[in-house]
Amino acid sequence: MKGILAIYRREVSSYFVSPIAYVVIGMFLLATGFVFSIILSNIIERTMMMQMRSAQMGGMPDIDMPMQVIRAFVGFIGTYLLPILMPLVTMGIYSEERKRGTMELLMTSPLTELQIVLGKFLAALTLFATMLAPTLLYHLIMGRYSEPTLPWRIVWSGYLGLFLLGAALIALGSFISSLTENQIVAGVFTFVAFLMLLFLDLGVRGASSEAGEVFKYLSILQHHDTFAQGVIDTSSIIFYLSAVTLGLFLTLRNLDSMRWRRA
Amino acid sequence: MIEVEHLTKSYGSARAVNDISFKVEKGEILGFLGPNGAGKTTTMRILTGYLPATGGTARVAGFDVFEQSMEVRKRIGYLPETPPLYPDMTISAYLTFVARIKGVDAANIASRVETAMRQTNLTERRNQLIKQLSRGYKQRVGIAQAIVHNPDVVILDEPTVGLDPNQIKEVRKLIKDLAGEHTIILSTHILPEVEMTCDRVVIIDKGQISAIDTTENLTKQYKGSERITLLARGNSAEIGAALQSVEGVTRVDLTETDDLLNVTVECEQGLDLRSKVAARVVQGGFDLLELRAVSISLEEIFTKLTTNEKTA
Repeated sequence: MKGILAIYRREVSSYFVSPIAYVVIGMFLLATGFVFSIILSNIIERTMMMQMRSAQMGGMPDIDMPMQVIRAFVGFIGTYLLPILMPLVTMGIYSEERKRGTMELLMTSPLTELQIVLGKFLAALTLFATMLAPTLLYHLIMGRYSEPTLPWRIVWSGYLGLFLLGAALIALGSFISSLTENQIVAGVFTFVAFLMLLFLDLGVRGASSEAGEVFKYLSILQHHDTFAQGVIDTSSIIFYLSAVTLGLFLTLRNLDSMRWRRA
Repeated sequence: MIEVEHLTKSYGSARAVNDISFKVEKGEILGFLGPNGAGKTTTMRILTGYLPATGGTARVAGFDVFEQSMEVRKRIGYLPETPPLYPDMTISAYLTFVARIKGVDAANIASRVETAMRQTNLTERRNQLIKQLSRGYKQRVGIAQAIVHNPDVVILDEPTVGLDPNQIKEVRKLIKDLAGEHTIILSTHILPEVEMTCDRVVIIDKGQISAIDTTENLTKQYKGSERITLLARGNSAEIGAALQSVEGVTRVDLTETDDLLNVTVECEQGLDLRSKVAARVVQGGFDLLELRAVSISLEEIFTKLTTNEKTA
């Protein structure tokens, strides 16, 4: 535990002394703020049009506007923003360490590989939580004026989904980072890998065959939508946790194999 | 303190380290000498637990480096060839981090960091970012990092490489100061460094130990022949013949400059022929202007041991 904490503390402080954290958080907040307002005004417009139409025909339609905003917003973050920004967070996690030669320090210290991997993973997760947290403010503001009242349960489950998705992407991204000494290479490969996950997701949206079902389950970016509808689906939680475990396990194996390969 | 027995490391069919055995006593400074690629770094990496060996055993402070790796790692400080530094950290933050991962008790961390900085003369720069330091200071931080947890054994891989002469002097002094308290292994391909800092030398070539002894013994033992140089005046052929006839002389080299003769006389090992050589020159009626015994430097021994060509 002490070892994990030591790695964790160094990682977190290194995020915040380098510009990376500020750039990523800044870009994230800018993009989310912009998109939130667009989604909000679009949905308001659409709702008003539908209300006018139904007023002419009589009877009010039951439109849960806040819920639609949350779903679209969470969907945007999970589907487009994270695959683009996450590589920036994960690309240097191991590659920089290898390039600087500090990996040798860590691996000759009385630390297990698992402690190194967990410390780094938790630190990246902390950075992700730090960039996600301020966006809750948007919902808080919307909640003050919304009618019907804001369904916080859906907000929480949507964010839980995002958090799990982020954790899975971090685990996979840091594995890719452990494969090379070059963080740019790691970043590009991670981005391409996330992009492929995205296409896997887009490609199976309409599929109804059995193979399509399999792909749908495997589509890492797909699962957060169930959370965004307020459904905490055990199979999705298991899916994300498996993805996290797989990523961390591969990283672990790779660190271990570095000892045997190093010429 | 360190016992290495029949250590072997292969990469595929290539043997980086081939059946190496040696021992290091407590408080000793052992020099690893060898050309680049001889297996110095590989041996050190095995000792630090970074690389697993293919065969043989290595024990540090009684712990097997592979079976009890964690125990060994707590007791070893290691400076790889490039100091493992985080450029964005200050010296004190970095050393605190290293102390933590080396398992120093939380209560002792601050005082251990202070001690390491004092020993390496870094206290005044404690709040400076590592990326702003010069090469020499970075090397000192690297050494501070290796001793911050007060390890029994300190392993330094080419600690003076890339430093200027003043910095080299400083680092060597630092290493000497550390001995006694710590057992030290350092690798180098610079010979004077070994002669100046180490108690004992292991000469490694192509993964094998070609010599292991104290620095003085090695110089004595591998001289092969004693050597005398003299400066004389006279007929070169005659002088050559006269010296050749001295009992115990194995070889005479003459070079003529102006009217002076530079003569190198090699004799059988262990003989001191200075007086006989001098007497023969004078008796022959030649002028003897200068005569001295030359001890063969470690550098020549090293070349002898690490090249296959036989010196005549």
